[in-house]
Amino acid sequence: MKEKHSLRNLTVIGIMLVLFAALAVLNISLGSVKIPFSETTKIFFGKGTNDTFQELIWRIRLPRMTAAIILGGALALSGFLLQTFFNNPIAGPFVLGISSGAKLAVALLMVYVIGRNGVVTSPAMILSAFAGALLSMGFVLLVSQRIQKSSMLIVAGVMIGYICSAITDFVVTFASDASIVNLHNWSKGSFSGASWEDVGIMAVVVLVTSVIVFFLSKPVGAYQMGESYAKSIGLNIKLFRASLVVLSSFLAACVTAFAGPVSFVGIAVPHLVKSALKTSKPLIVIPTCFLGGAIFCLGCDLIARTVFAPTEISISSVTAIFGAPIVIYIMVKRRSAVR
Amino acid sequence: MTDFFFKTSELSVGYNGKSLISNIEIRLNRGEILTLIGPNGAGKSTILKSITRHIEKLYGTVLIENTATETMSANALAQKVSVVLTDKPKTELLTSEDVVASGRYPYTGRLGILSEQDKAIVTEAMSLVNALSLRNTDFAQLSDGQRQRILLARAICQEPEIIVLDEPTSFLDLRYELELLSILRCLAKDRGIAVIMSLHNLAMAQKVSDYVMCVRGETIAHYGTPQEIFKRELISGLYDLDNGSYNPLFGSVEMAKPEGEAKAFVIAGGGTGIGIYRKLQKEGTPFFSGILHENDIDFQVASDLAAEVVAEKSFCEISDASYNRALKLIEKCDVVINCLSQYGIANKRNADLFAQAKKMGKKIAAM
Repeated sequence: MKEKHSLRNLTVIGIMLVLFAALAVLNISLGSVKIPFSETTKIFFGKGTNDTFQELIWRIRLPRMTAAIILGGALALSGFLLQTFFNNPIAGPFVLGISSGAKLAVALLMVYVIGRNGVVTSPAMILSAFAGALLSMGFVLLVSQRIQKSSMLIVAGVMIGYICSAITDFVVTFASDASIVNLHNWSKGSFSGASWEDVGIMAVVVLVTSVIVFFLSKPVGAYQMGESYAKSIGLNIKLFRASLVVLSSFLAACVTAFAGPVSFVGIAVPHLVKSALKTSKPLIVIPTCFLGGAIFCLGCDLIARTVFAPTEISISSVTAIFGAPIVIYIMVKRRSAVR
Repeated sequence: MTDFFFKTSELSVGYNGKSLISNIEIRLNRGEILTLIGPNGAGKSTILKSITRHIEKLYGTVLIENTATETMSANALAQKVSVVLTDKPKTELLTSEDVVASGRYPYTGRLGILSEQDKAIVTEAMSLVNALSLRNTDFAQLSDGQRQRILLARAICQEPEIIVLDEPTSFLDLRYELELLSILRCLAKDRGIAVIMSLHNLAMAQKVSDYVMCVRGETIAHYGTPQEIFKRELISGLYDLDNGSYNPLFGSVEMAKPEGEAKAFVIAGGGTGIGIYRKLQKEGTPFFSGILHENDIDFQVASDLAAEVVAEKSFCEISDASYNRALKLIEKCDVVINCLSQYGIANKRNADLFAQAKKMGKKIAAM
């Protein structure tokens, strides 16, 4: 039986890796300009003959793709942590208003800095997004202490999200022209415009955080048994809960800082991964979630870029189309399980 | 100072700084079972949770082998004390084995990967509770009885020296309850584990415990062996039984005595009458019963249910006084029910009594 389980894990991860590779190739080749596969290979080995293609791949498509991979993984992990924290399968950075809080903070920063002809650096974006995320999370926590029902928690999160979005809109309306253009693209959510410098920063920040999350596998596993049991096997609940809040908010904040709010990845991916692996053991689920998030966002970004090319759809629209039905499915399934 | 394995001294427990129960003194050796009994809301769970450090105790100390638990690290405490709680873990896609294995947490490394030895301990714990067949079943789909066994296995594979259980048998049927408590008894005997638990089933508490603590009011009402605790007045007082009464021999309670003037007399003995007594009680018919020896099982139930019992001293032939008293009661009755079909030396005058009742023209119902 044990062998059967590890066989399943290997199969699932194998399929995911193939999918990942295929999507990566498609992401590089497809777009408003189609690049032949042979040319792509040549460019990768430094033998490219077409300068435009080379430029397009190295300067635009590759960094964008890497951003989608890293941020997708971050979103999925953030979702998984939040679901663990609230013991609720439909918790995620977007539905709980954490992404919107981060968005608001970044918008305020942008308007303020650009209005003074300054330049917003990536670390500043991340930090302000983190502050916004923590603020939203704080509100959600306050609410969750007063109400026990998990469905109400989601409602509270969605409301906080709306409030933050409303204030963001308000700020954007009164912002100067230059920042509006900047903000408008970003606030709808998109992986476009990532530079190698951005990618470098997000890689370091997200990967380090993800490794920390991976090393929390053991306490996360303990916490899945419920707070009382986790405590009885020696888990420091307060410290652990605090680290969950900080880590999940930070991951969500990173994504928002670079790509704006991206919806539903945080709920859909962990659910799909757990169902595929038939377990919620964090030791295997955490790395697979990261991979799953990367694949999900690669796929969605590909669709966002290519379906109506040259016009781009916002990434959130695509993730919502695939992610929202999964959320509905989870809720229906949960209701029938309770009955 | 004798060295008890587990001790509390001047322990006060409660919530939000408000003391609920104070001066709790527990003394327990390895391999002994202590059961907390008492009415709902008396604070049994509060005491248990304070012992396991789930809630802050207000005052006093909890000592394991003379070491105060508050000086232990969470991990060290987890290696000594494991729990079975009333909350049901809401798991998602975790097998029963995964849940049991979580008990190895205090022993595994940073990533919590189980060693071969850990796995062997998990398997052993599962077989101990007869749950090996459930190992690959999703924990969320177990029945109450199965779940409780898995949670006990989880507590066992934590290799504790003390297991604390909060109402472990609450949702279990008779068989599972018996099985669970037998396992606890085995753990205590074979592994020298001290068990502290709360139970509502007094009959089982009486049979399984070495010590019993009655929790009620601001201090511990009583603490002692089952023989000392399970007494009629003590238990009736503990639970405020004013309708119905507790019988320590049976470990159970009878319903309240029917009110009013008795119009029926039940001649019984040797357990023949109990069914009739309970039937009359359900109908609400007051009755007398006799002539019963004080060591007769019918006497136990008749004392609780009959308006008056005509009793004779154990092992003695029925005396004139008893016989006459019984006749007098029969005179007041309309009906005489005879449950006896045979008579021996000690109770042969019951036959005379029945004959007399017939002669008096009473309505007769023989069983």
